Amino acid sequence: MSIKKISKEQPENFNFSEENLKITEKILSNYPNDKKQSAVMALLYLAQRQNDNWIPLAAMKHIAKFLNMPYIKVFEVATFYSMYNLTPVGKHFIQICTTTPCMLRGAYKLVDICKRKISEEQNTLSKDKNCSWTEVECLGACVNAPMMQINDDYYEDLDEKMTEKIIDQILSDIKPKPGSYRGRINTEPENNRQTLMDLKNA
Amino acid sequence: MLNDNDRIFLNLYNDKGSDVISAQSRGDWSNTKEIFSKGREWIINEIKTSELRGRGGAGFPTGLKWSFAPKELGSRPHYLVINADESEPGTCKDRDILRFEPHKLIEGCLIAAYAVNAHKCYIYIRGEYFKEGQKLQQAIDEAYQKKLIGKNASNTGWDLDIFIHYGAGAYICGEETALLESLEGKKGLPRLKPPFPALIGLYGCPTIVNNVETIAVVPTILRRGAKWFSSLGSPKNTGTKIFCISGNVNKPCNVEEEMGILLKDLIEKHAGGVVGGWENLKAVIPGGSSMPLLPKNICETIKMDFDSLVEQKSGLGTAGIIVINKDQDIVKCIARIARFYKHESCGQCTPCREGSGWMWRMLERMSKGEASREEVDMLMDVTHQIEGHTICAFGEGSAWPVQGLLRHFKKEIIKKNNFKPLISKNKNIPYLVDQHLLEKENA
Repeated sequence: MSIKKISKEQPENFNFSEENLKITEKILSNYPNDKKQSAVMALLYLAQRQNDNWIPLAAMKHIAKFLNMPYIKVFEVATFYSMYNLTPVGKHFIQICTTTPCMLRGAYKLVDICKRKISEEQNTLSKDKNCSWTEVECLGACVNAPMMQINDDYYEDLDEKMTEKIIDQILSDIKPKPGSYRGRINTEPENNRQTLMDLKNA
Repeated sequence: MLNDNDRIFLNLYNDKGSDVISAQSRGDWSNTKEIFSKGREWIINEIKTSELRGRGGAGFPTGLKWSFAPKELGSRPHYLVINADESEPGTCKDRDILRFEPHKLIEGCLIAAYAVNAHKCYIYIRGEYFKEGQKLQQAIDEAYQKKLIGKNASNTGWDLDIFIHYGAGAYICGEETALLESLEGKKGLPRLKPPFPALIGLYGCPTIVNNVETIAVVPTILRRGAKWFSSLGSPKNTGTKIFCISGNVNKPCNVEEEMGILLKDLIEKHAGGVVGGWENLKAVIPGGSSMPLLPKNICETIKMDFDSLVEQKSGLGTAGIIVINKDQDIVKCIARIARFYKHESCGQCTPCREGSGWMWRMLERMSKGEASREEVDMLMDVTHQIEGHTICAFGEGSAWPVQGLLRHFKKEIIKKNNFKPLISKNKNIPYLVDQHLLEKENA
């Protein structure tokens, strides 16, 4: 259960864009007609993507009206799940996994680099207000540790040098190439893989 | 080592592409109609005789679970829910299935939905797997286009709709009832059982919840026969399993192997050995972070299946193997796991909400050598206060790794933490809530 801070500066209004309204229709059609509440998570996420990667209170009120459910129920969902940002984060939002499998392979070195290059404290914006970082729990790419997630993409098999390079690119607004940074294919054992060789060589 | 002919996930490393045409060339969707024509009873019985056990952690027999669904369709619809909320530290097998073998999963969904009388299937993917979700959605769209699912799916006369529901970063939603709550648009708080989801699940309707890997192996079992599947591994622990080997090994990887393979073989043959050699091994967590660790002497001979690991007071769990070598501080490693559980506890039951934080703070202190000697026993006591006193298995999941640590490395911890029970001078320990108790007159 993580503690969530809610931003003091809140916009007054929130409305879904035309484009996103179409997506909401698609989302609502996934659930039975009388169970529209199921769509709350998807709509919160959609609102977050529309609003520079964070959810203002106005969006929660809007979604509550949209789904005809009490505002407090939307609020409790938004505060329960850790992926909903309730304060502004950087346009480039870096999440570093530091749970044991990543920690064993040096995830805290990645944290140090972020501290040095982006901001001393996690969840605070960098000097140019473009970038922020945070430590997160297991991101489910343990055999590619250490790894980090920048917006939607996973950056895997990192070391200090590669991480510095990625962060430098991010800070100068270039999108680095996602995936493994040791040149291996997905989750296969590097060099001398023992299995499924026919498929590999075919 | 398992023969390549006996592997189920041929595209585990994406050598061949994950689209429907490549999937069909690997045998997916080849005779779905024929399987359906043998009937529901046959499918459930075949899965029962294959002795397939759930791959999500608990190892519950899948055929038996399916047979719990009401035989006749009542007034309420049935649902099939696939648990793809893979968040257990050390586990990343479902990610590869979602990315590279989505058609195995979708075909499995169709067969399982028929077996449990469901026309709607929800796949609950963790929110962080955004790209994987997109890939799965692509595969679902392809399957709709080719009429493999949808109305009269694959010409079988069965209708099936599959929807993806994204989670949003809560480990607890991997627990099946918390997952259902989350699907209903609420906080992911586990429900009291009974009633079990098979009778009262999603929206109060009969619901079967299965792990991704469990469902993805079903079509292959039915195609090649239950006998083939049960000929691999040992009785009650049959078939193949994707193992994820992470931590201090030279070549961390995912690999599909036979159940009951030796842990040492798995590490040496596939993962390139322990960093610094086998002698440098300290301990292995065999089944994702919830399972108690095993010290080196047990690792020498242990077989990786459900029952062999239970004998050693551990478990296969999700088969996420975390290797820890002697360069690491074992207490620090478990303290980090304890912090994970403190962060992820849903807060519903007091023993777990408070206890997970206690365990974390005590372990942090012990890793620094700041604990008193009697605190080591106190820590064991705390784990027993949590275990069995919570609604869901998260309580056990958080207590077991700590118990494993104390079971095998207690002497080491005591040697390092040998303060007298009451510290006479004020040591400023930031984790200790009751700072004032350190001063003698307040104690």
